Amino acid sequence: MAQPLVKKDDDRDDEADYSPFLGIEKGAVLQEARVFNDPQLDPRRCSQVITKLLYLLNQGETFTKVEATEVFFAVTKLFQSKDIGLRRMVYVMIKELSPSADEVIIVTSSLMKDMTSKTDMYRANAIRVLCRITDGTLLTQIERYLKQAIVDKNPVVASAALVSGIHLLQTNPEIVKRWSNEVQEAVQSRAALVQFHALALLHQIRQNDRLAVNKLVSSLTKGSVRSPLAQCLLIRYTSQVIRESANIQAGDRPFYDFLEGCLRHKAEMVIFEAARAITELNGVTSRELTPAITVLQLFLSSSKPVLRFAAVRTLNKVAMTHPMAVTNCNIDMESLISDQNRSIATLAITTLLKTGNESSVDRLMKQITNFMSDIADEFKIVVVEAIRSLCLKFPLKHKSLMNFLSNILREEGGFEYKKAIVDSIVILIRDIPEAKETGLLHLCEFIEDCEFTYLSTQILHFLGIEGPKTSDPNKYIRYIYNRVHLENATVRAAAVSTLAKFGAMVDTLKPRIFVLLRRCLFDNDDEVRDRATLYLNTLGGDGTVVQTSDDVKEFLFGSLDIPLVNLENSLKNYEPSEESFDINSVPREVKAQPLAEKKAPGKKPTGLGAPPAGPPSTVDAYEKLLSSIPEFANFGKLFKSSAPAELTEAETEYAVNVVKHIFDGHVVFQYNCTNTIPEQLLENVTVIVDASEAEEFAEVASKPLRSLPYDSPGQTFVAFEKPEGIPAVGKFSNMLRFIVKEVDPSTGEAEDDGVEDEYQLEELEVVAADYMLKVGVSNFRNAWESMGADCERVDEYGLGPRESLAEAVNAVIDLLGMQPCEGTEVVPNNSRSHTCLLSGVYIGNIKVLVRLQFGLDGPKDVAMKLAVRSEDEAVSDAIHEIVASG
Amino acid sequence: MSMDLDDCLALPGFFSVNGSKSTEDCNDVNEDSCPCIKNILLLDSEGNRVAVKYYSDEWPTNSAKEAFEKALFSKTQKTNARTEAEIAMFENHIIVYKFVQDLHFFVTGAEGENELILVIVLQGFFDAVGLLLRGNVDKKEALENLDLILLCLDEIVDGGVILETDANAIAGKVASHSVDAAAPLSEQTISQALATAREHLARSLLK
Repeated sequence: MAQPLVKKDDDRDDEADYSPFLGIEKGAVLQEARVFNDPQLDPRRCSQVITKLLYLLNQGETFTKVEATEVFFAVTKLFQSKDIGLRRMVYVMIKELSPSADEVIIVTSSLMKDMTSKTDMYRANAIRVLCRITDGTLLTQIERYLKQAIVDKNPVVASAALVSGIHLLQTNPEIVKRWSNEVQEAVQSRAALVQFHALALLHQIRQNDRLAVNKLVSSLTKGSVRSPLAQCLLIRYTSQVIRESANIQAGDRPFYDFLEGCLRHKAEMVIFEAARAITELNGVTSRELTPAITVLQLFLSSSKPVLRFAAVRTLNKVAMTHPMAVTNCNIDMESLISDQNRSIATLAITTLLKTGNESSVDRLMKQITNFMSDIADEFKIVVVEAIRSLCLKFPLKHKSLMNFLSNILREEGGFEYKKAIVDSIVILIRDIPEAKETGLLHLCEFIEDCEFTYLSTQILHFLGIEGPKTSDPNKYIRYIYNRVHLENATVRAAAVSTLAKFGAMVDTLKPRIFVLLRRCLFDNDDEVRDRATLYLNTLGGDGTVVQTSDDVKEFLFGSLDIPLVNLENSLKNYEPSEESFDINSVPREVKAQPLAEKKAPGKKPTGLGAPPAGPPSTVDAYEKLLSSIPEFANFGKLFKSSAPAELTEAETEYAVNVVKHIFDGHVVFQYNCTNTIPEQLLENVTVIVDASEAEEFAEVASKPLRSLPYDSPGQTFVAFEKPEGIPAVGKFSNMLRFIVKEVDPSTGEAEDDGVEDEYQLEELEVVAADYMLKVGVSNFRNAWESMGADCERVDEYGLGPRESLAEAVNAVIDLLGMQPCEGTEVVPNNSRSHTCLLSGVYIGNIKVLVRLQFGLDGPKDVAMKLAVRSEDEAVSDAIHEIVASG
Repeated sequence: MSMDLDDCLALPGFFSVNGSKSTEDCNDVNEDSCPCIKNILLLDSEGNRVAVKYYSDEWPTNSAKEAFEKALFSKTQKTNARTEAEIAMFENHIIVYKFVQDLHFFVTGAEGENELILVIVLQGFFDAVGLLLRGNVDKKEALENLDLILLCLDEIVDGGVILETDANAIAGKVASHSVDAAAPLSEQTISQALATAREHLARSLLK
């Protein structure tokens, strides 16, 4: 690798002396800027001062408001000079200063004069400057000139107006949209860049009109586009049209011929754009792919790094979905492993890993081993991830791949890289049973010499779960106990926990584990000693070797199904008192918005009214609010509160939304009402609920709102009784009833007499999802397996034609109201099938896990297989019922 | 139901820890949009600014910009980008770059951008600077003609939209720097006259 040709040190000192900006200082330059006010302007000098000012700005110097204003006013004086060079610098300077609205007025007339000048350069630049600094009001004044400029004979002027149009469309769309005739004319321009800018603007004007975009693409693809950049745009718009055109059977895809034709364009950027567009077509067939792959393959052996990079990056993406289509390029790819540009080499390697077959794995691994030593960590991580998926694809090859991973684990590397390797080994151990024992030993060896506390504790934890289940748990004890001797307190504590897990699971090891744990009682760290004491007691370490009870196992191995944030908050709020901390009082709901202030309830009014710290969360607030109403006080613990649902259209006289509060045997509707009429005061506001379509519900209480003045929201409640623990559903129609009193707007006083009135609200529904809490699990597979198949219910459903797989997945998630796990709610593009994992807690505190498998059946029909596991078969059936009726 | 759902069970990624979050998520850039340049940088051989222009607000403060430049510089400085433009992925951007003497030219675009479009912008900038500095492309010359460099940047990209990529056209627009013909010659000072002469020369060289 060649070093840049830098000059020698002494040379560079000289050079620094020559810098025209050496020792430049803001104050002095601002002084110098006074020459702008001279009656006899010296354009050369002024240009130099502007250059200095721009240099300062470019170096990150900032001007205060006063300084900027002063400079701006001084610069406006320079419009008197006729020097073109100076004028150019003035334009740039004004753009950099981005003057405020009242300052803009000062230069408007000068710029408008330039906009109509005979000099093309003035016109082009004045348009760009004016459009950059102007606001909407001025725009209508200059609109006429801009429309002319778009069709100006001079391409620079036309481009300036079109590009300004692209920017202005963001702020003043209604004005720019009026120019479409002129823009359309400019699309036909003979000047390449004018065509490009016009096409970009025209598309942006019409982008929400599918038919218009379609027409635009149809006419232009017949061939009148000269500029390569415009051709690239056209390819993008064409792919958009293809994507949006409904339900075309493969084979007669519209515009495919156009894309394929672009592969023979003379400009490389167009060829590449077209090839990439083809590879990204939804459900692309291998016949459609072939010509694109062929041109990309040619790029692979180009002398230009950028071309090689672009091609290999695209092929890498294709390899994820169509590995077979890329295998033809494998020879070219292999030669790229030694590419000077390491990004290209890494992409080539990972592509090969995706396309390789079982027999080529060993050869590839040999090449990669040499390669790994000379790339940066960030690339190594990519390679490690590719190797992990390769291993999952060819489990038989786990030996050589695991060996490779353990070798690189021993080499130098940063935290992220090591973590990627450890994660990969852990995943392989989980998924490939034969790899378990060797993998665990590799990890054991790694922690012998691991500088990262985080990784050591993670591995120790993992060892505690997997180690006792192996054929010879004995051999791990030494590695673990060594940590107790040699590590920092955090790792020692983790090692103690791991030892305890071995003790709990393997009875033969128990006596020896107790000896080791007792030694830990003398550790100099509190946490380590505490853990050792705790485990000795729970495991019965007082000498008698007993069968470990289920409770202890649950304690040691059970997963914590409470979000840690919630637990942390509850513990912070807990005050030492007679009542011990109750973990069941910690809310289990995963908060939808992580940014929202999280405060757990869980604090029973035991103390002497300790003031709540910070704003309470909605759940907390609801619980407080409801328990303060005597009628609802005996309903028990609030299970769930829904998000508010609007019962009125926006901007009506009265705005009402409803929150559904679910209790075990009751449902409370909280109507949040706002009166938007200043001349009215509402009194005695109630909601009359008709529950005739909700048979299982019976109204038990209602709490009217005494008075509802203008613009200050109030609540009224209606409570229903329902069968206990049963997820009853139903429809409710609502009528707002109240007494209206006229208010004198001048005095704000209400009249004494009111009129009774009613206002129809929309219906509301209690649905099955209202009985489901979103509660995540940390490791779905473990949770799934430990739940067991006793209460499993599996069935298949046809969901009919759907917009997309992702849409179907989201619809089912919403229907069930459960928490997606492990990011499975995201459906990769172009996939024909998807698996989604959900977890939740059903009313009655029943844990529910759901595995959804979606598949595309034909072009749009979605089929789904639903597997439910829960602690209660009735609940499993209930989930199926939700889906069957939803 | 013609599809065998049990096939789905055999699909990879079912239980993998982060299986479905593949690297395919490059769609965060609107792929239908006009190509967008995020910044153009001209740094010296120590990573210091000669001239930079940012068109994206992803780097809101000067320190964010400087941090980006430093990191980019240290990542690329050892590469050989003297004969052909080079390319790198960096912090979810695509960056194309080229070096000459003690000057480092960079153009940054979005992750999903067509690399070859970025490279014609880079080449346009690079060649235009070469023309304007009459082949003496180094830091000293660039700083002495910083006005030309700044105008050059101004002519290549406007608010992220590519304005012109042809080096001759860019340099031509920048170098049309002469005093308006309408101004009588007598009003010019000697230095102005010299400057005019120089620019006439530059223009004739460019033609």
